[in-house]
Amino acid sequence: MEGEMLRVIASVGVMAGVTYLIRMLPMAIFRKRIDNVYVKSFLAYVPYAVLAAMTFPEIFGSTASAASAVVGTAAAVLLAYFGRGLLTVALGASAAVFLVQILGF
Amino acid sequence: MKRRLNREFRQGLRDGLPICLGYLSVSFAYGMKAVLAGLPVWIVTVISLSNLTSAGQFAGTNLILSGGSYLEIGLTTLIINLRYLLMSLSMSQKVEEKMTFRQRLAVSYGVTDEIFAVSMQRPRELSAWYMAGLILTPVIGWTSGTFLGGVATSLLPDTLSSALGIALYGMFIAVIVPPAKKSKPVLFTVLLAVFFSVLFHYVPFFEVLSGGWGIIVITIVVSGIAAFLFPIQDEKKEEA
Repeated sequence: MEGEMLRVIASVGVMAGVTYLIRMLPMAIFRKRIDNVYVKSFLAYVPYAVLAAMTFPEIFGSTASAASAVVGTAAAVLLAYFGRGLLTVALGASAAVFLVQILGF
Repeated sequence: MKRRLNREFRQGLRDGLPICLGYLSVSFAYGMKAVLAGLPVWIVTVISLSNLTSAGQFAGTNLILSGGSYLEIGLTTLIINLRYLLMSLSMSQKVEEKMTFRQRLAVSYGVTDEIFAVSMQRPRELSAWYMAGLILTPVIGWTSGTFLGGVATSLLPDTLSSALGIALYGMFIAVIVPPAKKSKPVLFTVLLAVFFSVLFHYVPFFEVLSGGWGIIVITIVVSGIAAFLFPIQDEKKEEA
């Protein structure tokens, strides 16, 4: 049992260590502003590409039913389009999903 | 000077609050599942505090439970979390240039999808104190949610946890939609990324590219194309 616990703790150490290195290396290495227009533009577009790719199509499977997810997504896009803040958009989407579920879809 | 730091810190705490709320429900479910599967509550809580990731630590926890080797655990974590490399690189160009090396090492710990998303939305350079606040609230949410899930005997009502499942995606939408409305190149980037993501997800031929690798390939290819088509000229140079 003690050996088993040690294996678990070491495994957690491996996970945490790998994850931290991935996050730390770019921040530690690129301490100066990059001057190249192409690289700068690339990095400026990264947030939108990565967040869009992570959101779609996964968002449609993030709730108990496809119908509630579609309505929740529509609510989020609309609220965001009209410039609402993060919290409003997140809770608005959740509220829409909740309502659709109560209606039985 | 002191007052400015204080204000930055508090602004960070405030901006981290929506993330904290979203994390609570997700980590609650994680804590519950991991403890039911047989891990002690304290280990599961330590996993959340030390990893601060969603998919990466879920996969790692499964491997621990099924007796995966260290190499397997390390490689899986690497692949799923490799996107942080790109986020951290992007963030390295937005933190204040005067940020000390130690502060950079500390801020790196908090590069998650959501913290990255919110920090990129901030219209100015990122100070160490702002980042400290922005990281602290989500860490508290993620860790305490895990702990509470682990000790909870009853489940969150299904409808509620299902409704909260969409909250974090909602935040991402709140980050990408307003700039896409204002800027054609950003709209192009978003639509192209969604197109590839849907393609990789549903077309069997691209199955290898679903999950961790797909996100990385899409981000590099789409940002590369957008940068090539719509290079952003330096504002100062444009004025000159």
